[in-house]
Amino acid sequence: MIDLINIHRDFKVGDQTVHALDNINLNIQPGEYLSIMGPSGSGKSTLLNLIGLLDSASRGTYLLNQQDVTALNEREKAAIRSQTIGFVFQAFHLIPRLSAAQNIELPLILAGIPPEQRQPRVQKAVRGMGLTDRAGHTPDQLSGGQRQRVAIARATIMQPKILLADEPTGNLDQKSGQDVIHILEQLNQQGISLIIVTHDAHIGQRAKRRLQMLDGRIQSDNNSPLTAAAYPETHSQQVQANADVNR
Amino acid sequence: MLTGKYLISKTSVSDSLRFSWHALRAYPARTVLMLTATAIGVAAVIILTALGEGARQYISNEFSSLGTHLVIVFPGYSKTSGLGSLAMVNATPRDLTLDDALSLTHNHNIRRIAPLNIGSVNASFGGRSREVPILGTSHAFLKLRHWQLAQGRFLPLTDLERTTPVCVIGQKVHNELFGSQSPLGQWLRLGDRRFRVIGVLATEGRSIGVDVQDIVIIPVASAQQLFNTPSLFRILVEAKNRFAIEPVKQFVIQQLKQRHQGKRDVTVITQDAVLVTFDRILGSLTYAVGGIAAISMAVAGILIMNVMLVAVSQRRSEIGLLKALGAPQNQVVQLILFEAMMLAALGAVLGLLLGELGCYIIRVVFPELPAYAPLWALLSSVAVSLLAGLLFSLLPARQAARLDPVLALTGK
Repeated sequence: MIDLINIHRDFKVGDQTVHALDNINLNIQPGEYLSIMGPSGSGKSTLLNLIGLLDSASRGTYLLNQQDVTALNEREKAAIRSQTIGFVFQAFHLIPRLSAAQNIELPLILAGIPPEQRQPRVQKAVRGMGLTDRAGHTPDQLSGGQRQRVAIARATIMQPKILLADEPTGNLDQKSGQDVIHILEQLNQQGISLIIVTHDAHIGQRAKRRLQMLDGRIQSDNNSPLTAAAYPETHSQQVQANADVNR
Repeated sequence: MLTGKYLISKTSVSDSLRFSWHALRAYPARTVLMLTATAIGVAAVIILTALGEGARQYISNEFSSLGTHLVIVFPGYSKTSGLGSLAMVNATPRDLTLDDALSLTHNHNIRRIAPLNIGSVNASFGGRSREVPILGTSHAFLKLRHWQLAQGRFLPLTDLERTTPVCVIGQKVHNELFGSQSPLGQWLRLGDRRFRVIGVLATEGRSIGVDVQDIVIIPVASAQQLFNTPSLFRILVEAKNRFAIEPVKQFVIQQLKQRHQGKRDVTVITQDAVLVTFDRILGSLTYAVGGIAAISMAVAGILIMNVMLVAVSQRRSEIGLLKALGAPQNQVVQLILFEAMMLAALGAVLGLLLGELGCYIIRVVFPELPAYAPLWALLSSVAVSLLAGLLFSLLPARQAARLDPVLALTGK
């Protein structure tokens, strides 16, 4: 479903070029549960944003459902984000003036779905997240865990194929964090592809497939559907190369 | 495959309006500030143009109390004439006559005419007498000069050639000769003739150099007999409206030229010429103050732009989120524009109310000043405020649309 081929993402900082992503090759199948771990600045958030079409590659090819999305214009990317991809952020990013239900409704409004079709979907999502008695509350009246559940409901209201979660438990206590992870895993069991970026090794370990990133490269991938032979430099050789560079 | 389908923003107008409305309510200080700025701009345009227009109307009303669309004919014509030609009245080769006046009556542009004779005789009643200016004229004179009667009636509507021994007297004549006695029905002696008093003027002030309160008005034919002259001092002609004045003037000149063996020997002046000048000055004054007020709207527009720019930078993460949720650039632009337009529209409505209230207060405080804003000022102030709201929010909207969602979301 997701095919990243020789992806590079360079940032210019002053007159220096930072290689946030350095020749990434990655294939993700529908329904996979994947965690991306690595230290700060290793490029894991950049990779997630790139998969989510919030960011574009400097070089390389990104095939999403066999469609080359590297060349799409802004409007076409927005349409794919709307229909195919859901985001869950560490900082929730709920709109403070809107109620929980209105926040959940937002992607439907942006997609131009008529009000009479929106209401049942929003109510179902609210029930699904156990937020029935909180639907009319604004985010500042909700706990962190509740806010993230609102955000997950919003991310999934358009029934996307891919759910991208960037440190979804980063602003939550242990208990709420676990709840959120359970919800995300349930969604994955229902067929959504789940990609979680996290610092938390404990959470990262729960994923069937685990990516370790360092300096813009995939350092390890425990369960790549590709053979090492198909992309030789992404595996042992690359690890060796990184080790050489770091020495 | 996607482009055609998403050419226009998908969010419905009512949804966009609701979203913008929420945004406006979420930042009350900003909203109130911008509403106030727009409202003051619109109200300023309305009040200032109302003042200008009121002043114009006021002057116009003052002039029309003198008889607005008035064409004044007097004998004698000099090519270098100005008001100085009045001195040539006696040197005129041919007098104006009642027949001249009668020849002017049949023209559709002329509402009414009044011949005028003027002189001075001794008036007496009982034991009292005084020297009074006499106006010999006709029934039409009262309405033509917009004078008012205090008692009785004015000269009857009869043929101009007919002498009728009736008179209408001014307030002062009433007081001096009749005292507290009612003058109506009394015989007033003017020179060697007697005239029955049928009315008393209410109007005060001066006209043609005489105190209106001090005059006696008699039928023009009677005045000609009294002064033993076939000529007229003036013929006053009232045109139907402002646009008829010039045709009437030409008609009068041609008609009298024809009657006077092809010689142009009358002078025709229009009171409206003065009024037109005033009108033009005050009209341009109205435009000028309207223009000055429009500058205040431009200032309001710049304020709108600044506040929207601040709003965009305040709400960077929100805009980033909208983009992450699949809002394309044009949708973000639309939301920002809706917000600005809603502010501008609300501000304009508020300004209209404020402006009309201001005009009302002016009218209450200065009842003689008809301070009504002209329609063009109402329409253009609303139009300009909406346009300013739109134009000045384009830049912030485009800036919002171009935000990098990743940077916006991370607050960088």
